[in-house]
Amino acid sequence: MARVKDGQMADSLVRLNRIKPQTNVIFNILFAVFALISIIPVFFVFMISISSEDAIRMNGYRFWPEAFSAEAYTFLLREAEAILRALGISVLVSVVGTILGLFLTSTMGYVISRSNYKLNGFMTMVVFIPMIFNGGMMSSYVINTQFLHLGDTVWALILPLCVSSFNVVICKTFFKTNIPDSIIESAQIDGAGQLKIFARIALPLSKPMLATIALFLCFGYWNDWFQSTLYINNNALLSLQAFLNRIQSSLEVLANNPALGVSIQQYINSMPQEGARMAMAIIIIVPIACSYPFFQKYFISGLTVGAVKG
Amino acid sequence: MKDEKKRRRKRGHWTKNDTELSILALPTTVWYVLFCFLPMFGLIGAFKNYKLFQGKGFFYNLLHSEWAGFSNFEFMVKSRDLFIILRNTILYNLVFIVLGMFLSVSLAVMISLIYSKRKAKVYQTLMFFPYFMSWVVAAYFVDAFLNVENGMINSMIRDGGGQAVQWYMTPGVWPFILVFMYLWKNTGYSMVIYLSSIAGIDQTLYEAAVMDGANKRQQVFNITLPCLKNVIVMMFILNVGKVFYSDFGLFYQTSQGAKGSIFNATATIDTWVFNAIQSSTPMGMTLAVTLFQSVACCITILLANALVRKVDSDSAII
Repeated sequence: MARVKDGQMADSLVRLNRIKPQTNVIFNILFAVFALISIIPVFFVFMISISSEDAIRMNGYRFWPEAFSAEAYTFLLREAEAILRALGISVLVSVVGTILGLFLTSTMGYVISRSNYKLNGFMTMVVFIPMIFNGGMMSSYVINTQFLHLGDTVWALILPLCVSSFNVVICKTFFKTNIPDSIIESAQIDGAGQLKIFARIALPLSKPMLATIALFLCFGYWNDWFQSTLYINNNALLSLQAFLNRIQSSLEVLANNPALGVSIQQYINSMPQEGARMAMAIIIIVPIACSYPFFQKYFISGLTVGAVKG
Repeated sequence: MKDEKKRRRKRGHWTKNDTELSILALPTTVWYVLFCFLPMFGLIGAFKNYKLFQGKGFFYNLLHSEWAGFSNFEFMVKSRDLFIILRNTILYNLVFIVLGMFLSVSLAVMISLIYSKRKAKVYQTLMFFPYFMSWVVAAYFVDAFLNVENGMINSMIRDGGGQAVQWYMTPGVWPFILVFMYLWKNTGYSMVIYLSSIAGIDQTLYEAAVMDGANKRQQVFNITLPCLKNVIVMMFILNVGKVFYSDFGLFYQTSQGAKGSIFNATATIDTWVFNAIQSSTPMGMTLAVTLFQSVACCITILLANALVRKVDSDSAII
């Protein structure tokens, strides 16, 4: 043992200090099961979306349908106009919301990170109070619809979500720890104002943090359906998520209303059918599933900053 | 903190620096006033009988409506619904906290012990995936299994010769479904948080333990878990602080509306308020419920924060 070199010794120490091989196998099986449970619904929904409508009517949803068919997707292609419009709204809301949110969050984070600012205490209160107390869903709804008149506008999807105190605090902590006062003071001696310092020094130095917050915001906007259910009645302003939500509920309405008689059948035929609903879900999942492995890393780093610095 | 304030006061008058910073802060301050502070002000509607005056704005109406005292709250306390939604909100949250914490901490410890780091990374990535699905999409997943006519579970029951079950009308199964869906969506996420704390543990502790002849189980219970204690306590307290809130999407979307015959099993404060907004419930009463929720939240958050400060003063939010 004494003659073994340091590196090898550390290596053998690691080898010595680990769980038993049987335990390792058990753990691997356990996690494989958990991982499978996590993604199997996606697979299931995909299989339903490529089942033929007749097979669904005969046998219900199956992991392996008796007959495959692309009719769901061709149906959606026929309805492409509505879907593309919803996609357009989703993209518009995500892009505008992320940019606006990033601007509002970083400016406020920067301001409350400057300890020699006269109104620092006041601004910090402005950010902190909403973390502890809020007006609640009803009051916000009333203010947004009756005072700000955001109902049925795209702004109702963007504005209420663009700032969160949590993000502002992450921003503030980052600026405080990564941009020393000395840099700012020397820039001021060189004649730069705060606006210039913010744009030319603070922002370029905090790209990783900004990327993380942009990711949080973008993800929040892309997955949001709640604002649409509250504020949007106009079908032209539905985002993809809201569209998906809407087609589920209107199919329910049809199924629960036998009193309507003959017209039901015509109506159902004109609506997205079983497979089409599931195909719609797949269309929403695909962009996230494809980009997720790449942004996961940044997301995790943001989460852990948040968890530690609260 | 006090010294800082004194220093600031000593430094005297308003400078160009302050003006520029104020300009930078202005847009966000306006946002906070419009979307956070006005709704707080709107809560006084809970003590009013809101009335519409012809051609006037919301705040004119609000201020000129009659005071109703606590009558909105009286109604709230008398209604049976309040008891149910309050019970559901708190009980579900407690179950989520306890089960979620147990599951994600033990999984984080276990995944860190797996030989192959690459495999561990793959498992972690796959388990984190549900977190990125919206509840609307998750509701479709649930529907694929529970749908009365086509759902997989009912098909299997029919194949076995049984009678199909109306899952969306059977209150008894919903606590299990909701807990399962919560864990399905959030376990990967909280596992990541614990995993990153485990990665931060000083490796020399383990080396010293091996020298002392500790086996892996002893290392987990005497090094890993004690090192995680602070994070666990903090996550626990932060979650307890949110015990009056519910994840609206979980309760509303997976149960397809949280009303009808499964109301008793699935309704929470947030789904009740949402359904009240959609229906013609008087505004004052709905505001009374949300005011109650906000105050209760405020108190629990402050209490939780005081506890966090005891555990780890750096992590306290206030």
